[in-house]
Amino acid sequence: MHLTLRVWRQDGPGVEGRFETYEAAGIHEDMSFLEMLDLVNERLVTGGRDPIAFDHDCREGICGSCGMMIDGRAHGPQGRTATCQLHMREFSDGDTIVIEPWRATSFPIVRDLVVDRGTFDRIIEAGGYISAPTGSAPEANLTPVPKETSDAAMDAAACIGCGACVAACPNGAAQLFTAAKVAHLNLLPQGQPERWMRVERMVETMEEYFGSCTNHGECEPACPKEISLDNIALMNRDYLLSKMRNRRLGGQR
Amino acid sequence: MLDARIPSGAINEQWDNHRTSISLVSPANKRRFTIIVVGTGLAGASAAATLAELGYRVKAYTFHDSARRAHSIAAQGGINAAKNYPNDGDSIHRLFYDTVKGGDYRSRESNVYRLAQLSVEIIDQCAAQGVPFAREYGGLLANRSFGGAQVSRTFYARGQTGQQLLLGAYQAMMRQVDRGAVELHTQTEMLDVVVKDGRAVGIVTRDLVSGEIASHPGHAVLLATGGYSNVFYLSTNAMKSNVTAVWRAHRKGALFANPCYTQIHPTCIPASDEFQSKLTLMSESLRNDGRIWVPVRAGDTRPPDDIEEADRDYYLERRYPAFGNLVPRDVASRAAKVEVDRGKGVGPLANGVYLDFEDALRRLGESTVRERYGNLFDMYHRITGESPYGAPMRIYPAMHYTMGGLWVDYNLMTTIPGLYALGEANFSDHGANRLGASALMQGLADGYFVIPYTLGDYLAPHLGEGLVPSDDPAFVETERQVTAGTERYLSIRGSRSVDWFHRELGKVLWEHCGMERSADGLRRAISDIDSLKEDFDRDLRVLGTSSTLNQSLEKAGRVDDFLQLARLMCVDALHREESCGGHFRVEHQTDEGEARRDDDNFSYVAAWGWTDGNEPVPAQEQLTFEHVKPTQRSYK
Repeated sequence: MHLTLRVWRQDGPGVEGRFETYEAAGIHEDMSFLEMLDLVNERLVTGGRDPIAFDHDCREGICGSCGMMIDGRAHGPQGRTATCQLHMREFSDGDTIVIEPWRATSFPIVRDLVVDRGTFDRIIEAGGYISAPTGSAPEANLTPVPKETSDAAMDAAACIGCGACVAACPNGAAQLFTAAKVAHLNLLPQGQPERWMRVERMVETMEEYFGSCTNHGECEPACPKEISLDNIALMNRDYLLSKMRNRRLGGQR
Repeated sequence: MLDARIPSGAINEQWDNHRTSISLVSPANKRRFTIIVVGTGLAGASAAATLAELGYRVKAYTFHDSARRAHSIAAQGGINAAKNYPNDGDSIHRLFYDTVKGGDYRSRESNVYRLAQLSVEIIDQCAAQGVPFAREYGGLLANRSFGGAQVSRTFYARGQTGQQLLLGAYQAMMRQVDRGAVELHTQTEMLDVVVKDGRAVGIVTRDLVSGEIASHPGHAVLLATGGYSNVFYLSTNAMKSNVTAVWRAHRKGALFANPCYTQIHPTCIPASDEFQSKLTLMSESLRNDGRIWVPVRAGDTRPPDDIEEADRDYYLERRYPAFGNLVPRDVASRAAKVEVDRGKGVGPLANGVYLDFEDALRRLGESTVRERYGNLFDMYHRITGESPYGAPMRIYPAMHYTMGGLWVDYNLMTTIPGLYALGEANFSDHGANRLGASALMQGLADGYFVIPYTLGDYLAPHLGEGLVPSDDPAFVETERQVTAGTERYLSIRGSRSVDWFHRELGKVLWEHCGMERSADGLRRAISDIDSLKEDFDRDLRVLGTSSTLNQSLEKAGRVDDFLQLARLMCVDALHREESCGGHFRVEHQTDEGEARRDDDNFSYVAAWGWTDGNEPVPAQEQLTFEHVKPTQRSYK
């Protein structure tokens, strides 16, 4: 395949960027999208030009490092697929592909296609955990968890924190990411003691950094792990309840 | 002779005796100690969280943009624990026995016993954190049999066990970040350990975004930086996984144990072309229900559906009737290589064997198969364009895990006092071959339950001592060396990219120090690696500067360290005149082609020092087996 790439290049945070055009010849359809970029980079280096910086690591779709806007879509044209799992057989000879970093002011550009997603960590710090200091855990089977509950928690916990949901959202909202963690922990019996405090702190921290959700639903189809919008409904319900619960239960925090 | 400082007493009492007799640091005094944790995977994050809970001041470092991205996240299959929930005869002793035997009698019995003991607590801990382990309809935890075990002791969270365990540890650590008890440095790579008066007193790092070189003093340094499979270029490890932290510590005096003990994973997707950047592992839990076969006749290119039963060779079931498709990884891997080398490989490049679910689909139905393996099947489909529901998968072995690592004593301390190695970065528990679902167990045992006790023993006598200041000559000189080393890569201005050298190194190592090794091949590899290193120092091209994000520059340092490590791996493999576990020397095999150990001469850990060009001689830790008598492993 012969492709034309239009790639966002930006030398550092806060400096002006620009699109540059590269010809990518000799691309094999079994290559992954990132292997295609590896090849382009190898040729750039040979030609004495700076390679394109992009984040990636496991290349198995689980670490959540990679992610770019490909022809305006987070992680590209194939559904349920992180960029590293996208293969060139999804494209055709002669295509022009536009490649940009995640579009979201909450994810400032570090260089080229690399963005800083540290704001996701702030949300987790605020309550995305169950306080269970090492050594204090009871025997695991003392707390049965209905299989359906456990499966639903696992569905939500599958989030890889890649940021595609934010990048796809016209408002740059992080509801899907936040809701996935809230749902994972709030569904489980182990997560009940901190349920209301968790959702309250996480939602309010999220709102410090990210845009507001207006129910566009662009996040769900962009998610490589099929995290469901239902989680947002659960989070919204729990957030609302938290305001009443916290008042009623007073002493919880 | 190295002293592992194994506690006295019966093996089942050693850990209890040890932790009740070693020195403690009181709660009020813990905050007077600063502990540096490098790496935030399972071992690092669990250690950082636990030490902070105890009251230590913890500084944690990761080169990722978030602590959640470490390669532990990619572990699929599960985590072992001797809970014996299925009532099928498991026990701490049996897990211990299986691990020592699976390691081909090259691990330290006392460490393995402790690991088996702690396995039980790990599951409790993780369940309490909300790790969504698979459950039965009654709400209790589910187990499965995994990779060579004859009991069902593996706990799992679909095919994403590593992800869920890592997120549990990461979340526990982030809770401590929120409390101010852990100071987390992301996008920060450790480039050297600082040693003063023979003790580890801190690290020197490079900020990967700004390029700033900085010093970080600590009372102790914990390396939890994973393994070095990427020395082979093509492996199942994440692209950034590297040996740099461990190797730089080695160059500062920490002995490197058993570098040649590497593990090939039998169930990976075969390479599809020469541009392949990494190999994708499919959890070996697939072997529970999948059947491995090749055509009976070499060069049989018929599609699998057209090959009738009589023309199929289920070679693992044939050769190993007792264990069948569940033989340990090293055995399964070599058996696949034998078949492919005989010309029976399948797929477009004839570089794989079939893993067939036809029987399982018939026996269990598609929905059960989908529930067990759905995400793996989807992943395979995305990568290859073929659906395993309709045609057998193609698999082939790939580099996966490294049992070798920094030598540590029973307390997980390296030969540099105050410097510890946890998880895959150390060498201790898996001998010459690791059993499936044991890496997660070891990483979490080290981080949650071992280091929180053993660290106090080192720190207690140093109570009241301040940190070595970062303007101390030891830090200044280390910073100078790190800066000079980094600038050197930029100044070579040669013609070849870092990746080119990495690929070449991988080819040499896979050919001569991979699944099979021979004395001639290893000697050739050493000379090839020496000349590749010369070329690297002369002809490397790294563009850009050191004061911005520069991924080629980061990689240059990692590949430089891989080149040095690769040589040591070959030296170690050449010196070990026996076959054991993942180390298979063609000169040392039984008539049936199985590994033949030499217990009289090689029942020791070879721990190598850095000699900077001179031929190294290993220090030895003699291994004694009082509880598991070494035998020729048999899985027939």
